[in-house]
Amino acid sequence: MAIVLVLVLIVVGSVLFHLLSPWWWTPIASNWDYIDNTIIISFWITGIVFAAVVLFMAYCVFRFRHREGNRAAYQPENRRLESWLMIATAAGVTALLVPGLFVWSRFVNVPSEAANIEVVAQQWQWSYRLPGKDGKLGTSDTRVVSAENPLGIVAGDPNGQDDIVVEAADLHLPVGKPVKVLLRSIDVLHDFYIPEFRAKMDMIPGSVTYFWFTPTRTGTFQVLCAELCGQGHPLMHGVVMVDTEQDYLAWLGQQQTFAQLSAPKQTASANQPSEKTMASSLDVAAKLETLEAR
Amino acid sequence: MVDVTPADAVPPAEVAEMELYHPHSWWTKYVFSQDAKVIAVQYSATAMAIGLVALMLSWLMRLQLGFPGTFDFITPEAYYQFITMHGMIMVIYLLTALFLGGFGNYLIPLMVGARDMVFPYVNMLSYWVYLLAVLVLVSSFFAPGGPTGAGWTLYPPQAIMTGTPGGQDWGIILMLSSLILFIIGFTMGGLNYVVTVLQGRTRGMTLMRLPLTVWGIFTATVMALLAFPALFVACVMMLLDRLLGTSFFMPAIVEMGEQLQHNGGSPILFQHLFWFFGHPEVYIVALPAFGIVSDLISTHARKNIFGYRMMVWAIIAIGALSFVVWAHHMYVSGMNPYFGFFFATTTLIIAVPTAIKVYNWVLTLWRGDIHLTIPMLFALAFIVTFVNGGLTGLFLGNVVVDVPLSDTMFVVAHFHMVMGVAPILVIFGAIYHWYPKVTGRMLDETLGRFHFWITFLGAYLIFFPMHYLGLMGVPRRYAELTDMNIMTESAHHLNSFISIMAFIVGFAQMVFLFNLIWSIRHGREAGGNPWRATTLEWQTPETPPAHGNFGKELPIVYRWAYDYSVPGAKEDFIPQNVPGSFGPSREPA
Repeated sequence: MAIVLVLVLIVVGSVLFHLLSPWWWTPIASNWDYIDNTIIISFWITGIVFAAVVLFMAYCVFRFRHREGNRAAYQPENRRLESWLMIATAAGVTALLVPGLFVWSRFVNVPSEAANIEVVAQQWQWSYRLPGKDGKLGTSDTRVVSAENPLGIVAGDPNGQDDIVVEAADLHLPVGKPVKVLLRSIDVLHDFYIPEFRAKMDMIPGSVTYFWFTPTRTGTFQVLCAELCGQGHPLMHGVVMVDTEQDYLAWLGQQQTFAQLSAPKQTASANQPSEKTMASSLDVAAKLETLEAR
Repeated sequence: MVDVTPADAVPPAEVAEMELYHPHSWWTKYVFSQDAKVIAVQYSATAMAIGLVALMLSWLMRLQLGFPGTFDFITPEAYYQFITMHGMIMVIYLLTALFLGGFGNYLIPLMVGARDMVFPYVNMLSYWVYLLAVLVLVSSFFAPGGPTGAGWTLYPPQAIMTGTPGGQDWGIILMLSSLILFIIGFTMGGLNYVVTVLQGRTRGMTLMRLPLTVWGIFTATVMALLAFPALFVACVMMLLDRLLGTSFFMPAIVEMGEQLQHNGGSPILFQHLFWFFGHPEVYIVALPAFGIVSDLISTHARKNIFGYRMMVWAIIAIGALSFVVWAHHMYVSGMNPYFGFFFATTTLIIAVPTAIKVYNWVLTLWRGDIHLTIPMLFALAFIVTFVNGGLTGLFLGNVVVDVPLSDTMFVVAHFHMVMGVAPILVIFGAIYHWYPKVTGRMLDETLGRFHFWITFLGAYLIFFPMHYLGLMGVPRRYAELTDMNIMTESAHHLNSFISIMAFIVGFAQMVFLFNLIWSIRHGREAGGNPWRATTLEWQTPETPPAHGNFGKELPIVYRWAYDYSVPGAKEDFIPQNVPGSFGPSREPA
């Protein structure tokens, strides 16, 4: 009989845990509260089904437990009951699927006014590229990646010359403006994930993937990698700062373009190339050490 | 409609019986045995031994997650090796091998009324190739660089690169080789199970009289024979990429500042191949559990399984549908996002036949005569954890809901609940149920109940709260959870709690293993049919059954497997091989 009590306690305990525990999603910072709402719908429907099945089971065990002289009923099937249960389940599933697909169609259709930005991942850091004055990102190719051209921007494409390169530093975004995030990797799979934005997507070497969102509040957000990418995976953190328009423009003004970065170096930055060459020849262990130190 | 074959209308035997190979020595009887029952025990013992390794690896992982920074020897490198080996062993070398190689071998010939598998020699080879696969896998622990740390999904490019443990050492090569061997061994066994079910049934054993255990194992085996080839080719292609420098899965890559020689390959092709195998694999583990738990519930509730025909069709429907849902593992993989509409729809449709199975288990309890034996307790616990894990699958299957949750601890909690805990609870229930047939003795009741309560409640307390860490955004596969802005102090405490529960649950399994060994000699004598069950394995002349299973005459089947509590019958069960109608039998046609 302990099992009856335990089954009831599991239902009551799970519901109470859900309602009272301090562990819940982070406050949202993007337009994807649609996703949160779909999760809430899912919790309601699945929660009711879970409670109903387990409580019914507890009742059966209590009511029909073996006692001397009991005998079970003989009832091979009941087509009507089975059909009704099937219809009810199909209805429940539809109630989950329809809002889900509706929100998904919003997720995959990027609004035309969204600004393109590019995230480039490598083991184990994040870099970014923003279109310059022409509003276009230049062509890229992993095969032209070098210490001087870490993002692999094709020098022959004029669209790429004014692209703004943010190498292994923080990304800033203006609040309230939709962005289409183009995702690229130069080595292995990574996944650009900011829990507060809800959206995420893998990056695949050799392809460009994307997702879009609109930041809805200013603040500093931690970027995590959400696709196993080797030993440095849990240390592959980054920072995205959502700014007011003014702060964003101020930050943008301080960034360098691809043309500026690849121009013959002046005396001021003479030590930079040598530093970069060093960085590129780091082995895995040394790379991890620098990550740990950060 | 009454479906009891009258005693004088039994169909004649179609072919004469063939002579079995009879062992001549201790070696051919117990080691190189061709008896499916011995092979079953060999498979089960090997699977449990390697499973124990995987269990211990999970402790090491939980040490690191629960108490970060305390255990210096668990480097990120070691941590990734632990998770990879834990996952691969549990899914392939334990669950698949135990359900199909273990239960399949033991139960199929006995339950369908055959003397042995149809190809006993190939069946023997199947085990030895499986053992070789396990040894190759284990050898990677001792190879230079250690086992692979690529995660059990082995996604390229990282699986064969320097930044991943074992990527440029022996680890990944041994892992891929071991999988290839496993698939070869499985194919030999799998063909046997399928042919035996289709061709080896005794007289009167129609397909619609098969116990659901056989239906589950049979369908899972057919699926495995169709799904494993995808993994096989993926392994071969990755081996070629790693050893010969081909570029099946490898595009142009700059690794640590150095241009690699690869060009033009597609990492996502591997993911499609892997999950074309990987998703059916979930049901390859689940369907035998579905079948077995149906028989446990029916036997111990003394009531026929509710809706037998629907149960059979649900198994087949789930098996078929599971081949068109694989890309729900890849919603955020960067594949064409429009695939999401299709795969979300198919994935949620599969919930319907699955739900029907759950209803029918619960409705079997309704107006039953429920004996709360240990197998029944495990069956009830299975329903709870399976429903829980199945319902969270509706979150992850529903494409847009998967976006925030994928690659978080929510996924870890979901798949452990639904394909870790739930099938293993069935395995335990099944071992308590069939151990008396295998050894002739009962497992100790007190130890069994202790094992049950700790395992069931402990596992629920581990995995239920874990979902909420994922909801918070805590990613999976993080060797270190330091400097995570989203994680509150209390979330770290929750991790410590989960780890402590994991150690306790693991300890309870040692009690179970002790019980398994101790009861061989000291258990209560069981007799031939301690649960008063209807299926043929309980009607053998000897217990444990001798080679050939059924003595001189093969049994003849007159009725379905679920004639419990038939009105008018004296006993509350009528074995399948007992002729004669008792009252208004209403077995479905």
